[in-house]
Amino acid sequence: MQAVVVQFPGSNADFDAFYTLSRVLGVPTRYVFHKESSLPPDTDLVVLPGGFSYGDYLRCGAIARFSHIMPAVMAHAARGGLVLGICNGFQILTETGLLPGALTRNAHLRFECRDVSLRVDADGPFTQGLRGETLRLPIAHGEGRYQADAETLDALERDGLVALRYLPSPDGALPGNPNGSLRDIAGIYGGPKRNVLGLMPHPERASEAALGSADGARLFRAAMRAVVSA
Amino acid sequence: MNEPAVDLDLARSHGLSDDEYALALERLSRTPSFTELGVLSVMWSEHCSYKSSRVHLKRLPTKGPKVIQGPGENAGVVDLGDGWAVIFKMESHNHPSFIEPYQGAATGVGGILRDVFTMGARPVALANSLRFGEPSHPRTASLVRGVVAGIAGYGNAIGVPTVAGEVQFDAAYNGNILVNAMAVGVARADKIFYGRASGVGNPLLYVGARTGRDGIHGATMASAEFDDESDAKRPTVQVGDPFMEKLLLEACLEIFQEDLLEGIQDMGAAGLTSSTVEMASRAGSGLDLDLDLVPRRAKRLTPYEILLSESQERMVMVARKGCEARVIEICHKWDLDAVVIGRVTDTGRWVVRATPDWDPLSHTPRPDGGSHVFVDLPVDLLTDAAPIYSRPCVDDPRPTDRAQYDLGGVTFDPRGDLLELLGSENVGSRAWIYRQYDHIVRDGTLLRPGEGDAAVIRAFCDDGARRIEKYIAISTDCNGRFCELDPRAGAAMAVAEACRNLACVGAEPLALTDCLNFGSPQRPEIMAQFRDCIDGIADACRALGVPVVSGNVSLYNETQEDSGPRAILPTPTIGAVGQLRQPSEIVRSAFSVAGDRVALLGPLGAGALGGSEWLTRKTGRVCGAPPRIDLAAEAALQRLLVDAARAGLLRSAHDVSEGGLLTCLAECCLGGALGARVTLPEGVGAEPGALFGEDPSRVVISLSETSYELLRRRAEEAGVKLTALGVVEPGALTLEGLFAIPVEALRARHAGALAAVVGRE
Repeated sequence: MQAVVVQFPGSNADFDAFYTLSRVLGVPTRYVFHKESSLPPDTDLVVLPGGFSYGDYLRCGAIARFSHIMPAVMAHAARGGLVLGICNGFQILTETGLLPGALTRNAHLRFECRDVSLRVDADGPFTQGLRGETLRLPIAHGEGRYQADAETLDALERDGLVALRYLPSPDGALPGNPNGSLRDIAGIYGGPKRNVLGLMPHPERASEAALGSADGARLFRAAMRAVVSA
Repeated sequence: MNEPAVDLDLARSHGLSDDEYALALERLSRTPSFTELGVLSVMWSEHCSYKSSRVHLKRLPTKGPKVIQGPGENAGVVDLGDGWAVIFKMESHNHPSFIEPYQGAATGVGGILRDVFTMGARPVALANSLRFGEPSHPRTASLVRGVVAGIAGYGNAIGVPTVAGEVQFDAAYNGNILVNAMAVGVARADKIFYGRASGVGNPLLYVGARTGRDGIHGATMASAEFDDESDAKRPTVQVGDPFMEKLLLEACLEIFQEDLLEGIQDMGAAGLTSSTVEMASRAGSGLDLDLDLVPRRAKRLTPYEILLSESQERMVMVARKGCEARVIEICHKWDLDAVVIGRVTDTGRWVVRATPDWDPLSHTPRPDGGSHVFVDLPVDLLTDAAPIYSRPCVDDPRPTDRAQYDLGGVTFDPRGDLLELLGSENVGSRAWIYRQYDHIVRDGTLLRPGEGDAAVIRAFCDDGARRIEKYIAISTDCNGRFCELDPRAGAAMAVAEACRNLACVGAEPLALTDCLNFGSPQRPEIMAQFRDCIDGIADACRALGVPVVSGNVSLYNETQEDSGPRAILPTPTIGAVGQLRQPSEIVRSAFSVAGDRVALLGPLGAGALGGSEWLTRKTGRVCGAPPRIDLAAEAALQRLLVDAARAGLLRSAHDVSEGGLLTCLAECCLGGALGARVTLPEGVGAEPGALFGEDPSRVVISLSETSYELLRRRAEEAGVKLTALGVVEPGALTLEGLFAIPVEALRARHAGALAAVVGRE
């Protein structure tokens, strides 16, 4: 697998994704700057990383969708290429329309950084063989409350596109759903072949036991298997 | 061009004393221009000149075998080995944060980050130390909310994890909160950049955000006490833009990769003035600046305003001749303004020109030959020859009732008091705060807030093909109550505890940064506190073998009340940085294996209650004789802790601090479902001093039976007392003969502590 991490001005988890893919998982990975207009031809996976692209001024992800590199990312997705939007990347994907809905301010109005428990609820290239499993991943966001109209939510459920849902936390001390997301949605699939995944939790910050959980690596390894078998 | 005429009254309104104005007249042999007066006032302000503190700061130990750069530069630099160094500093943003908590705290974070990446370092961690007034004070809740959100807003956006910190509440901070922010970065030891304007003819570049009118005279504001008019000072608070700073950070790091710069300095307090003057001073050079070239976002800025603006996210760089085009190219890649605004000279003078009444934003061409010299001052007059004061120090004529307290009528209930302490604002969980900070960005956080006595991060030190990881521990600490009751011992205990926190997680302390927060230096009893705290820090540094490599002084943290001036508790905050050899040697604070032995490392303690949280809550005031510290014993304890961690003997370690031994034991039960069964050792009665006293140099550890025997021998050799306390067991904290409290009940009390301050979710 060949991976690309897009760097927008204000991206700050670009390093986390690059490090995890290249160093922890051994995936050949390159940065692509937002001023580029094409992806390397052999690209299998495009990561839109976490952070505050363009300062998240105006609205999270709203400016990044217009950056030079985005048409190439959209074309890659339309061809069925893998796209992973993490946190701010998820917000950008909803702004582009590649994924439905929107991420709004956390219900309690504060930034929140902590581990959450998640259930894998859909099959797809990032979750093949993981359906029904529980993952422990960290969140770190101020605007991660997934919202969409009832019709869209029903369609996501009906089509089995809800990839990850927040579970009640094991010790019950904190709410399982950390931000008020509708139907506890933490991540959704889209694209012609479920090849686009957007999620608020950070798998790239939990792919080694040293960081408290290695569950994030399970999503990346699934994607690596999907690329090999494609 | 109409500049006001300068006279003594105008000088006074700029905060200059009569003597200082006279000195300026004498040195210049003329009356300074209005712009020059503004420059003199900020450069001679306490904030920039350290004029009251300098004579005392000289007594701090600043040297050591691993010190690459001590105080005097933008931040301290310490060797990590393998050709890499750690760069760090702590700084206050107290006055602005009280006036506008969100922006004050946010720009405090932005400023300290610039100090660190200016030196060539990639910032890898942030920490902080906060002080607020009592929870019942009407402003406390909103100040806590604003400050925490401001720190989070800046640090989270720029993508540097906020991994460590401490917060205390006391009525002494009702009118003056403290916001001390610390940044830690790493760089190659042979690629440290300094703030020096060297090389005659070299170009001086302005990089980053455009200049506006924000923050004019911020440094002067931070050099005066608060009064009824303080709200009117809101326009002197700057506004932060972490997005701009992220671009600035990445651009600077890219510039550092190439051999382009002679020197670099961030524009902090006193903006363009202080940054360029300091660069010329360090290099022994002069500078010629042309303000017409300065990028700006406000119309009709005067030279006075441009020089004193504290607009954020700006840097000055001195490039090697011919390299400026490449510097500008990299800045443009990151969408940053970068302009040559001056040249290095050999005159020893700081000369500033501008075209009077011409505004570049007016889109009219600059008139030819209209440039006028607005400032022409000797660099040394603004720096080394600035006034320095050896201000009078008079020991506080302590009211004799200070040491006295009466426990008659005070209830003592070990179980109830423990639960109250655990749920109190000074002991309870800080999760409400640190959950708002992104403490994991950059994949380096190995020990998160709440998991150990210090944070541990791994710094990726990549050097071409060579991949190196360095493991850095960070802690901040100070107990202002102890410093109030005994400044010298209190400051020594702050150093001891900050370093003990590092040793508890298995890290060897390397060096310190300090942030010295005090009241007005014009009051002799405050200067006596300052003098004694410096001596206390120095005592502990020498005993523990750790130097101070950077720091900051914040004076005038006091408010005029009807009854007279009210100063904060003397708060010499210590930021300590240590190093671990490998992640497997990290020790957490919570009990982790049922059946492990629980023991106390260090003396049983004399049971001193003075200044303790228990006594302060019971009596409603800071009183009593504070604990004593034996610094030699402390050093032995810390060495033993690090040895034991490296030998893999410890399963947990947590030092006894606010709330005393019983609170410490309870905190060790909060990691999971494990409690402990504890028997008080012989000679220790169930008395307030023994259970809740805060004698230093004590650490509660847990370890296997086998390790206990090994540690017992090492402790004997090291001369450190080891006392068995009990055993780790599931479900409850049991103190034999006194109580058994379910772990869940401890956790519930602890978790809810700050909700009582800031409101329920």
